[in-house]
Formats: sequence, C-alpha cells, structure tokens
Amino acid sequence: MTHPATTAEVRERLWEAVAAGDEYDAVRTVRAALADGTDEESLLLDVIAPVQHKVGEEWAADRFTVAQEHAATAINERVVAALAHHRHWDTGQRGRVTVACVDGEWHAFPARLVAEVLRLRGWRVDYLGAQTPTPHLIAHLHHTDPQAVLLSSSLPTHLPRAHSAITACQAVGVPVLAGGPAFGPGGRYARALGADLWAADAREAAAALEAGLARPAPSAVRQVVDDLPHLADQEYTMTVHSRGRLVKQTLTDLEDRFPAMRGYSDIQRERTAEDIAHIVDFLATALYVDDAEVFTAFLTWTAGILQARRVPARSLLAGLDALMEQARDFPRTLGLLQDGASAVRSHPVPRPDTRV
Amino acid sequence: MLVVDPHGDLVRINRAARTLLPGAGHGDSLHDVVPSWLSDAHQRLVRRQGDASSVAPPSGAIDERLFEAHASASADGDVVWWLVDDTGRHLAEQALHTAQERTDILAQVSSALLSTLNADRCMEMAAAMAAEHMAEAAVVLSPPHGRRHTLTYAVRGGPATRVNRQIDPRGVPGLSEALQGFPPVPARWINPDDIPDWLLPDGFSAAGSVIVTPLPGHGVPAGALVLLRSSTDKGFSEGEEIFARLFAARAGAALSAARLYTEQAAITATLMRELLPPVLRRTHGVEYAAGYRPAKDNERVGGDFYDFHPAAEPTQETLVVLGDVAGKGLEAAVLTGKIRNTLHALLPLAADHQEVLDLLNGALLSSHHTRFATLVLASVSRRAGRVRLRLTSAGHLPPLVVRSGGEVEQVPTHGTLIGALPVVTARTVETTLAPGDTCLLYTDGITEARGGPLGDEFFGEPRLRRALAECAGLPAEAVVERVQMLASQWVGAGHHDDMATLAVGAPRTGPLTVVGGTARHPLPRSGR
Repeated sequence: MTHPATTAEVRERLWEAVAAGDEYDAVRTVRAALADGTDEESLLLDVIAPVQHKVGEEWAADRFTVAQEHAATAINERVVAALAHHRHWDTGQRGRVTVACVDGEWHAFPARLVAEVLRLRGWRVDYLGAQTPTPHLIAHLHHTDPQAVLLSSSLPTHLPRAHSAITACQAVGVPVLAGGPAFGPGGRYARALGADLWAADAREAAAALEAGLARPAPSAVRQVVDDLPHLADQEYTMTVHSRGRLVKQTLTDLEDRFPAMRGYSDIQRERTAEDIAHIVDFLATALYVDDAEVFTAFLTWTAGILQARRVPARSLLAGLDALMEQARDFPRTLGLLQDGASAVRSHPVPRPDTRV
Repeated sequence: MLVVDPHGDLVRINRAARTLLPGAGHGDSLHDVVPSWLSDAHQRLVRRQGDASSVAPPSGAIDERLFEAHASASADGDVVWWLVDDTGRHLAEQALHTAQERTDILAQVSSALLSTLNADRCMEMAAAMAAEHMAEAAVVLSPPHGRRHTLTYAVRGGPATRVNRQIDPRGVPGLSEALQGFPPVPARWINPDDIPDWLLPDGFSAAGSVIVTPLPGHGVPAGALVLLRSSTDKGFSEGEEIFARLFAARAGAALSAARLYTEQAAITATLMRELLPPVLRRTHGVEYAAGYRPAKDNERVGGDFYDFHPAAEPTQETLVVLGDVAGKGLEAAVLTGKIRNTLHALLPLAADHQEVLDLLNGALLSSHHTRFATLVLASVSRRAGRVRLRLTSAGHLPPLVVRSGGEVEQVPTHGTLIGALPVVTARTVETTLAPGDTCLLYTDGITEARGGPLGDEFFGEPRLRRALAECAGLPAEAVVERVQMLASQWVGAGHHDDMATLAVGAPRTGPLTVVGGTARHPLPRSGR
C-alpha cells in the first residue's frame, strides 16, 4: 500500500506548509496524497504524526516560538479534521471504545490520532479530548459501556491523576489501555499504576484492541496504596502539600548564593520560581511512582533545553542543592535529589558559558 | 457394635448393629454383610496387627446413613468395631458449606453488579452469573418498553448476548406476572414443553427444567430472570429455588439502581442541553472561539456564560455576549439560561446596546432571582478585510485587544451591572480589528485564578496581558486555548472559579509569520 519514498516526500511537503503557517497548503498536501492512493492510516501515522513531533523538537531547540508552535499544532489539527471530514464509509462495526486525555493533560493531538486510526479500523470511538475530569469520564463510561478506555498522557506529572482515572475506570468494569510518553520507557509506569495494558503507538493500541481486552474483575477494587505501597511513608503527600513553601525557600537560598539574582525583574523572578516549581512537581511524581528515572530524565532534558538557550546547568544544580537542604528528614526525597544532581553533573556540556 | 476375628468372620453382633444389618449373624463373613469400605478397613487393620492409633477412623454409608467406624483390639486378636452414626453432622457440614458458598456468590454478585450503572451491562452480568452459578443458561428480560423487551441471554461459559424484540410474555406461564412485579409470584417451576423458542439462547436446544423468577426493584419491577437446565433429572431443588430468589433480589436492586441512574442522567442531559455553552465557528469571514471551565469538575455548567448569534447576512452584525452571574453551580447556571433566552428575544434591538441592557435589566429585576449579572455585548461586522466591533460592558471586565504586532490594549467600555439597580448606564465603544488582531472577552475566573509557583498569587491582568502579547497573530481558537490553559495550570489542582473566554479574530490574509515572540521560557509548560 505505502510507497516509502512518497510518504517521505509528502512528509517533507507537509512540514514546509506547517512551518510556514500555511493551513490551506497543508490541507491540500494531504488531500492530494490521499487522492494519489496513500492510505489514510499511513498519512496519519507516518506523515502527520512525525511532522507534529518535529514541531515539538523545533520548540525545544529554540527554533520555534510558543506562538509558532501553537499555530503549527492548530494547522495539524485542521489537517486531521479535513481528513476525517473526507471520509465516507460507516464505522463502528467492531465495537465501542473511549479515547480521553488524563485530567490536566492539554496535549490532545496524540490521542486525536489514535481516535482517528481506530475509527479507520472500524471502531466506534468516543473522543473526549484534552484534560477530561475523571468524574466526566466515569459518567461517560456508565452511559456508553465501552469495551475499553484508551487513556493518553504526555507529561509524567499527570501520573497521580492518571492513577486515579485508571482505578476508577476499572472499578466500573472497563479495562484501561494507557499510552503516551508520561507512562515511561516501555510503559513501566502504566504497569506500576495497574493499567490493563500499555501501547507504544496507535498501531499497537489498535492491535491490542483487536486481540481483545479482558474486563477487570469488578470486585477487585483497589486503594492507591495497594498498587504503590511506598506511598505509606507520606513523602509524596508532604512534598505536594509544601510545594509553595519549598519553592519560596529555594528561591531565597538561590538569592543568597547568587547575589546577581537580587537584581532580577519580577518577571525573571517568576520564571525562576516556575522552573523550581517544575523541579518540585517532577520530584513529587518520582516519589509517587518510586522511580528516579522520571526525575533524572526530566533534569537531563531540562539541562539540554537550558543549553539551547545558553544557560549553564550550574543554576539547576544549585536549585537541587537548596532542595536537599530542606529534605533532610525525608530519605526517599533526598535520595532522588542526589540521583538528580549526579545525572545533571554527568550530562555532557558542549560549550563553556559565562552567564549565570 | 461388631466383633470380628482376624479371618474376617463375625464373632458377635449387638442388637443395634443387627437392626442396621438385618441379615448379619454369628459366623457370617464380614465381606458379605457390610459395605466394602468397612470390610476393606478391617483387612487393612488386621495387616497392621490391630494398630488403629495412627489412622483416621474409616467412614462410609450403610443404607441411607453415614457411619464412622472406630476399632479397638481385644486380647484374643479379635477386633471390636464401634459404628457411630454421623449422618446429622455430615448433613450439617454439607449445608454449611453450601450456605458459605452461596453467601460468597451473593457477595460477588452484589459487588459485581453494583460496579456498573449501565443497565445493559448490568443485565449481561446478571445473566452470565446466573448461568454460571445456578443453571446452564439464563435469560434476563427487561420490563417492556412499549411492547418490546430487551432480552439478555447467557449460556454457561459463553458471552452474554442481547436482543431487543417484541415478545408475548403470556406465552410463558408466570412470566407476565413476574415482569409486572404484581401480583407477587414466587419463583416457579414450569413445564419445559411450554417454553417458546425465543426464550432459548442460541445453541441451547431443549430445556429440561425451567424456573421463572421476578427481579424486584426499588418499588418498580426490574424485569424477570429465567433459569434453564437441559435435562429433567437435573431439576431445581427447594434450596436452589430459594437461592434463585436471593440472587434475583440482589440483581433486581442493582438493575433498578442502574435504570434509575440512566433515567436521571437522560433527564439531566436534556435539561442541560439548553444551558451548555454553544459551539462557536468562523462566520462571515470572522473567527470566533470560546472556552469554558466550570468551577466544579463534576459539573458542566456554572455562573459564567457566553452566547453566539451569527448574522443571517454578511452585511449584518453578529452578536456575541459573555458574562458572569453572581454565584456558581447549577443555580447560577439556571439564571444564565434565562439571560441568554432574554437576550435572544432582544436580538432585533441589538443595534442599540443601551436599549438591550435596559430591557434585560427590567426583566431581571422583575424575576424572583435575587442575583445580579455582569456582561459584555459585542456586535461584530466585517467590511473590506477589517472587523468592526461595537463593545458595551455592563459592570464587566473590559475586553482586551491584541494587535498582530503584539501590543495589548484595553477597550475603555464601562457601565453598571445588570439586575441590581433600576437604571443601567453603559458606554459603548467601537474598535476595529486589522487582519491578525484578536479581541478577548473573559471573566474574572481567569484573572482571579489563585495559584502559581508560590501557590497563593492571583493570575492577574498583567499576566493575562503578557500571555496575550505572546499570542499575537494566532488564530482565535489558539488564543482561547492558550489563555484557558495558562489559567488552569496557574491554579493546578487547587480550587478555582468558573473560567470563560471568548475571542473574536480578524483572520490574517497571508501565511503566518510570527511577530513579537522570542522563545522565552527554558522549561516545559505543563502543556504548551
């Protein structure tokens, strides 16, 4: 069906249209490819998905502004909508499934692609979109009784909310298939949180549904600590509750260490506070799933982003140091901060920089 | 009591034993007069030379009763067998075991059925569990919907299947009474020959034993359960019939809860449809987009509202409105519905915002609601590539306009709120959007969102302006999404008020070239 060269060409053409912000050219490109016989699933997954991935990469590398990234994503969404609009045949003979993003998750694009692929494969799909509050999701499940819920999340900081969504779906007897980068390499956090299955991409998700998912035993209702016994030490709860205080204290400590920071404008100060808050959020997530990888991966990624913007990793280490001062009585938290610091230290620094 | 010699011959037999074994007498071979479990036990005992201490006493049936045999060796090598009647204890144990098993099943049934509030799923589970635990196949019939019933069939070990069909329940004795729940009928056995074909699941050819039992609901009939076994020798005992009734009571309670929920959810959805915010779309060359997040995650509406009245002709004005009723939740939402309806009726007068506000104020003052409201009216038209806006604020936050170059301006309209005072004064201000410009209407849920990295700060207008400056040149849809997202992330998991935004945008003519944005932030937003 698919001609690799053609797919690559279409991808290149779509990328040019999206990067230029030209919605009409973008839609024209995929429609032409469809008319030339490129199959629709391949357009969604081998053309549009990689282009969207590149949009994120361009932003991370500081070649796209926030606005450009938003505009590019909006165009990709319209391209998907245009494809769906073009479709004629009836779908839904395979059965009914629900696709939703975890509460708080705004990256709806991957879930949207999964929903479209499943529709193409004959499923009746209820697509609930970005940041679905769990009470809405459960009411929807009671109403429609789907064969499965496909739960998408991109950012690991949503894992605690993903956990409560997973247990709630299973408590009403609907199996959960988790997907998205939030669930970690190989879907390790999906398993830790008790999801019935994890899929690396849309094709794997479709194959898993076609193979059939058993319904969870409805009597096996779980409490959070049944899945994650380490939560009993309360370190996660303490960190989440004292987030504001931790950020304030770290900010003060950093000003003591780098007097230059005292001259920061309110906006600069707020950016720094937001950065520290992110570190605390990922720290809390690592405490929740009891896995340093969540935290170290975030820190090394951040170090890379900082480098792209010519900020040295030194400021990151100072922030971790200040947090360690405050976490002395919490062994698990302290261990994670130490792991984080050594991950940042071993991160290769390609060029010296003089600015703080 | 029997005394037996090492060769297995009876030496003595007492009166009680003689009553039990009427044919037995002195000199008979044990093998001929007692069941093999006892004669074999005797042989084993003799081989062990009379040592009975290490093994459990043998037990078995004699005629209809159960006995335990205790052996003791006598001095001359004979063995004395004491037969103790154990029938009562055995029966009691068996009954206890069955009772425990059934209690377990009932507990499982309850927790399984109560886990879902979907009536179809509930019927599937009830049928499957009935087939699993009480019969070979089961059928759950819903109460009639018109003349149609939903029938859910299950054969043991197979999946449940569901059909909706017209049936005549009078064809099955006791079924129509069971379905009506009145007069009360016990679970009853019926003649398998009276079973119509539609009551048999696929692959289940002929029924031998059949029970029909009502599913009692919460004051309303929840349907009926039919249990089927293939052969007549596997009939239903009295205990099984009682168990079937207990099962039916639980299944009925769960099913009627599910039906009640479904009915209520349908009613809520119908009433809610009128209150839900409308979907905005590009109309007559102008982009419209809006976002809404109610204060409570389990509700879909609240005290913030917006509405959209597209013009019939491109030369006419489209009216959009965004506002906020004091209070939140359903009660506030009901008043927003009233305001939206009133405004809809006042649409022909929209050329004069002041008059619309006067009439709306009068309507609110004369209603029984004591709440007041603030709102912004925006009349939008497009001429020669430029979008003309007439904006009037009635006690509401003034709209912001973001120019394609990144400048953010406040539109200086102001006025008094609606529904509180007999007279409303308001100033209408006109502004024009060039291609790439966007006008944002928003509620105080955005600026008063409390949170941020330190946890206790307002999002505030300065942050909103900065966020808008970054949205320069974006489509209206993306502006709304970004503002809603930033405010939501600002509050995080914390408490917030209703948050509503509405954007009116003049589409840019050429491809997008982003102005005024330099990538500003090194760390990931929790979403971009």
